[in-house]
Amino acid sequence: MDSRDRIVITGVGLTAPNGNSMEEFRYNLLNGVPNIQRIDMRYMGPVLAGVCDYDSLRYQKRKEVRNGTRAGSIGIYCANEAIRHSKVNWDGIDRSRVGIYVGITEHGNVETEDEVFNISQFDYDVKYWSHHHNPRTVANNPAGEISINLGVTGPHYTIGAACAAGNAGVIQAAQMLRLGEIDFALAGGVSESCRTFGIFASFKSQGALAEHPDPNKASRPFDVNRNGIVVSEGGCIYTIERLEDALSRGATIIAEISGYCINSDATDAVLPNPERQAECMRLALKKAQLSPSDIDIISTHATATQMGDSQECDAIRAVFGSSSDTHINNTKSFIGHTMGAAGALELAGNLPSFSDNYVHPTINVDKLDPGCSLDSLVLNRALKVDKVDSILNNSFGMLGINSVLIVKKYN
Amino acid sequence: MTHQKVKEIIIEIISNIAPDEDLSNIKSDVPLRDQLDLDSMDFLDIVMELRKKHSIEVPEADYPRLASLDSCAEYLSPKFAANS
Repeated sequence: MDSRDRIVITGVGLTAPNGNSMEEFRYNLLNGVPNIQRIDMRYMGPVLAGVCDYDSLRYQKRKEVRNGTRAGSIGIYCANEAIRHSKVNWDGIDRSRVGIYVGITEHGNVETEDEVFNISQFDYDVKYWSHHHNPRTVANNPAGEISINLGVTGPHYTIGAACAAGNAGVIQAAQMLRLGEIDFALAGGVSESCRTFGIFASFKSQGALAEHPDPNKASRPFDVNRNGIVVSEGGCIYTIERLEDALSRGATIIAEISGYCINSDATDAVLPNPERQAECMRLALKKAQLSPSDIDIISTHATATQMGDSQECDAIRAVFGSSSDTHINNTKSFIGHTMGAAGALELAGNLPSFSDNYVHPTINVDKLDPGCSLDSLVLNRALKVDKVDSILNNSFGMLGINSVLIVKKYN
Repeated sequence: MTHQKVKEIIIEIISNIAPDEDLSNIKSDVPLRDQLDLDSMDFLDIVMELRKKHSIEVPEADYPRLASLDSCAEYLSPKFAANS
């Protein structure tokens, strides 16, 4: 593969319920610091959620925050932080050659629910419906808000891929860079989902909404007493470039994208399909020209549902059964499910492993579910290992969409 | 309602929809868009707030009459009076 086909990550901007920079996020992941809160949800009362506390006014005016969306604001914060982190000469960059690709699980639920509530105060008279509704709810909104904020005139769009979307945003960027359609990408995923009662209510009706007296113990993938998902907001945007461009500007290379796959279960709207998940991991490994034993960390998708976690473990067992040096962790146990951001954000929390050789744990596992028993699960405490050269990141979503992204240490 | 009171109501609305703006030295006779960073969506916000909070309707043909604080006061005072 020549250097024009080699794609690298050169900057990371993120906000998670337990951190607003990669350094803070990583520190908390290594030290077992979650952050889940009990918030008041319209029509429902108290629910558990992961809420971010980034400084929305660092890169936006108050009017822009007011008129835009939370997902757009999260995207703007993350994109600006990624650019800063990448040390690219942003003033000198050709912004017509920059692409913005933002994964979303959903968009528009928050704004639509808010407007329906608004007109309910006026006897449902639609003359009180906001003129901001359409620009807030068009599907490209979070990516479009980033493009306006940064003056990017290249392509911008969101990628709706349920909870596989964070990986899908990064994969889209890699593909567009390889095609030569753009020279620089801002890509990842965002979520504002903890502000829509509909998602909470739907998970509750499905019997898949987490509850626990201690909010920080509610998200417990792989634990035998797990009882569902904690819905969270968050975002992670990467700067992504062709290797030769990154080298020519003297960039620090954080990771190289070595393989990926997106496939479909084609079986059920909600239930996962471990056979297709395993196939997705195998195809990503094949693209990366790696064998299972080459993977040092698997960042799992597991959301703490009874069936989903054990089925992902089945899929991992099928692919990695004989690879005992492949360590396995989970980020949702700290921050809940950040939906469209999850793939990108969960990868970001693992990237420092390339330099510090620690694997962050899955926390809240008091009693491991035998159905989730895997040889190298890293539970409750970070683990120091000899080396981390490759990370495989799983992200799966409803309607049977699977995404797997493999990144490797740049040498 | 006095013209001054109407102007105070408009300034309060603008302070909510354009919270970054310095509203301490607005000239009453100068168009708002010449002295503040307001766009057409912001003017629609002003119209919406008048509708929501004061039950005042401003037909689209009359939007130009909201150009300055003076013109707002002249146009809206009879409407506020009719609602009181």
